[in-house]
Amino acid sequence: MEIKVLGPGCANCHKMEELAKTAVKELGIDATIEKISDIREIMKYTMSTPGLVVNGKLKHSGKPLPGPEKVKELIKSEVQSQCRNC
Amino acid sequence: MLKEFAQHLTYDVIKLGHGSRPADALEFFIYDTLKIFLLLSVIIFVVSVIRSHFPPEKTKKILSHKKEFIGNIFAALLGIVTPFCSCSAVPLFIGFIEAGVPLGVTFSFLISSPMVNEVAVVLLWGLFGWKIAAIYMGTGLLVAVIAGLVIGKLKLEKWVEEYVYKINTGQGQEIVKQSFRDRLRYAQWNTADILKRVWLYIIVAIGIGGFIHGYVPQDFLVRYAGPQNPFAVPVAVALGVPLYSNAAGVIPIVYALMEKGLSTGTVLAFMMAVTALSLPEMIILRKVLKVQLLGVFVGIMTVTIIAVGYLFNAIL
Repeated sequence: MEIKVLGPGCANCHKMEELAKTAVKELGIDATIEKISDIREIMKYTMSTPGLVVNGKLKHSGKPLPGPEKVKELIKSEVQSQCRNC
Repeated sequence: MLKEFAQHLTYDVIKLGHGSRPADALEFFIYDTLKIFLLLSVIIFVVSVIRSHFPPEKTKKILSHKKEFIGNIFAALLGIVTPFCSCSAVPLFIGFIEAGVPLGVTFSFLISSPMVNEVAVVLLWGLFGWKIAAIYMGTGLLVAVIAGLVIGKLKLEKWVEEYVYKINTGQGQEIVKQSFRDRLRYAQWNTADILKRVWLYIIVAIGIGGFIHGYVPQDFLVRYAGPQNPFAVPVAVALGVPLYSNAAGVIPIVYALMEKGLSTGTVLAFMMAVTALSLPEMIILRKVLKVQLLGVFVGIMTVTIIAVGYLFNAIL
């Protein structure tokens, strides 16, 4: 699984990254977390940062940040749809 | 009902004597705190529901079909409801320009968004009455429209960093579909988030009103920036430009200045300068704007805000 955190480097973007890391750890799934700060790359997905992209799909953008449980949910929904495919 | 509750707390629970100064102050404090937090919760919630219908992607689409002037008015109005934080200013700016939103219209949006919002309006309403709130909102929108129009007329597209025009995001950005339940949940979540960030400033502001009320001597501030001084407005604006705060953060200062006897126009101009122009935002915008355009932007905003300040000092 591929997770991207979109943000030019403001406080909320760091928080988003931490949330994603914690969620992955707690879910015990195999995932890479990449921090995207290049504006061109961010703009492919959204105009409102911070953003959370899971497997190329935009799951969250803008303020306020989702809570830890919500982040887990967002990532989990992608895990499940993957399994349905296999 | 709120009034009775405040009286009950002051005289029956805390048991302060009737008519004493601390009792008056406390009653005023409890009443105002309750009133403002109730107003804030309800209005932020309602605005959040409306806001969930206007993600930046949609605003961009609406504005890309608009001509100047009408576009500026729409942009200023949409600035009230579209969620925006200064760290999103750059992607937002690029997104708008790329979608064909005229430069001046984009500026109208960027100006109105941090300056005119529900938090500012509710706080002014709760502390100074609906007239001041309406005046602030009306003139805030006016400043955004005028400054945007002027920037549009000056044809300053050449002072936008070249790479902005080269970015092509394609049609990748999608609007996430939401049910009404999602919107309500978002509104609840957003209300809690905003209240968490602003409650302390509000308590401080009401505290100033409740406890310093009447005690504050007319000191040097009034001598230098009071109604008699014709330069009060430019001085207040010059002080406000480098200061950085959101609407809630500046409210305690605004209250203190009003208490000290500064004219309403001077104080509102100060508040606009603080919320609309700030050094950190300039640094962020420098990524997409050349220094010349930033200078023009700050110049036009400063002049417009000063004009608004004088206007209100003259008619109020």
